[in-house]
Amino acid sequence: MIEFISSWGLPAGLETLIIILVKIIAILVPLLIAVAYYTFAERKILNYFHCRVGPLHVGPRGWLTPIADAIKMMFKEIIIPSGANRTLFLLSPILAFGPAIAAWAVIPFDAELYLADTNAALLYVLALTSFSVYGIILAGWASNSKYPFLGAMRSAAQVVSYELAMGFALVGVIMAAHSLNLREIVNAQQGGFWMWFWLPLLPLFVIYFISGLAETNRPPFDLAEGESEIVAGYQVEYSGFGFGLFFMAEYANMILISMLTALMFLGGWLSPFEGIPNLEEWFAWVPGTVWLLLKTAFFMLLFLWVRATFPRYRYDQLMRLGWKILIPITIAWLIILGGAIVAGLGPWFD
Amino acid sequence: MGFEQIVFYVFSATLLFAGTMVITVRNPVHAAMFLVLAFFSSSALWLLLEAEFLAIVLVLVYVGAVMVLFLFVVMMLDINLIPLREGFMRYLPVGVMIALVVIAMMAYVVGSEFSGHSIPARHGADYNNIAELGRILYTDYVYPFELAAVILLVAIIAAISLTLRRRPMVKHQDPDAQVKVKKEDRLRVVKMDAEKNN
Repeated sequence: MIEFISSWGLPAGLETLIIILVKIIAILVPLLIAVAYYTFAERKILNYFHCRVGPLHVGPRGWLTPIADAIKMMFKEIIIPSGANRTLFLLSPILAFGPAIAAWAVIPFDAELYLADTNAALLYVLALTSFSVYGIILAGWASNSKYPFLGAMRSAAQVVSYELAMGFALVGVIMAAHSLNLREIVNAQQGGFWMWFWLPLLPLFVIYFISGLAETNRPPFDLAEGESEIVAGYQVEYSGFGFGLFFMAEYANMILISMLTALMFLGGWLSPFEGIPNLEEWFAWVPGTVWLLLKTAFFMLLFLWVRATFPRYRYDQLMRLGWKILIPITIAWLIILGGAIVAGLGPWFD
Repeated sequence: MGFEQIVFYVFSATLLFAGTMVITVRNPVHAAMFLVLAFFSSSALWLLLEAEFLAIVLVLVYVGAVMVLFLFVVMMLDINLIPLREGFMRYLPVGVMIALVVIAMMAYVVGSEFSGHSIPARHGADYNNIAELGRILYTDYVYPFELAAVILLVAIIAAISLTLRRRPMVKHQDPDAQVKVKKEDRLRVVKMDAEKNN
């Protein structure tokens, strides 16, 4: 593809620009399709958990349901409440969706398959995921309505709290890999299943995933929506594609967190059979991207599994979990990890 | 004019525009959002200076945490806008004077630092600003760095102790006790005779 564009003989700047745009499209189109079918998968899988069958009627076995949903949302009227702050009301779905897709710029999909290979990739992702809370807060405020406002307040406090635990968990990854670059983090995990960071960083791995649930406002931490107490939280007043953007941002963020967890703790595109005789040769033909996508799919399933299993947290318990349990554990584990790295504890840090 | 210069002027213009809007716009939530825009554009300027770590940390800390709390407070306040406007002309001379002093200080420091120096050379694509920053912070400047950390810790403790006060009327929940609760503690099954029908 890149050779094909190079053969056009364009000026160097323009050529780079076109190559970058092609790469962006190559990431975004599969991502948006994945978002659409993730919503379908969620409905189907949750329904199977509940011994029901889920959407069946649109298309063969219900497979066109997400397309129908998207078309329905696009053609619905966007209603702006009369007391709402017009600019911020329309801006906030964009502020929610923008960071959710911008963060994908630094994700490597294979050893040589990436859009941007930056030194500060991990920080960049953390900065953008923390920015996505603005969409929720502004939506709640701009709607000029009680329930959205309550949802926004809850979300603001929750995201700021869990971001700390998430950041500390990432500090552990950075310490173990000696880098903020996602590609180098994956390369630091070479050596097979037992060398991946999930084992030496087990508490941080669990805490990162829990914080990811909280950061994306997913059950059991979906207090910003809390349909049983505050109707649907920040999105009450949104209709049509404004609501659609919030919806897509949530699912894109879930896929992002799943992929980051796979990259940082489960060895990214590295084969799980590395170092095992016979199996390693048999599976050598599988491209790394497939492994990465399989690991990501596992965490995406986990998101749905958690939703089907746990009831929603009470608000004070949510805050207690974040501040009094997760953050102290991460700090303690960072000290242990520092000792292990200095001591050269094998086989991970020697 | 190179591409880099265009980027610089675009983001500088955005920064100045956002900064002006922060102090002139009426709605405090809009002002907070313009401040966010100002942080973003200055972060882009820092990226041009090859300071990617500082640039992203600026967004992460100020936009991701500080401004969220700011918005939180601003949204909760019921601000009456008219008295805010009245003070504008009254405080203008003081504000202008402070601005002039700050500009003079910056000119003094930056001017003496850089006059006679050429523009520092650009580093290659493999230059890692984060690694350099970390090396300098933890070797050459380790004591000032630790001192700053201690000052921050003192500030945290002070902030917590300011808000911490005994409130005897508040009913506290003890989640451990709540989790440990058994059926026998809460539930009493009462056997009653069935009501007789005549």
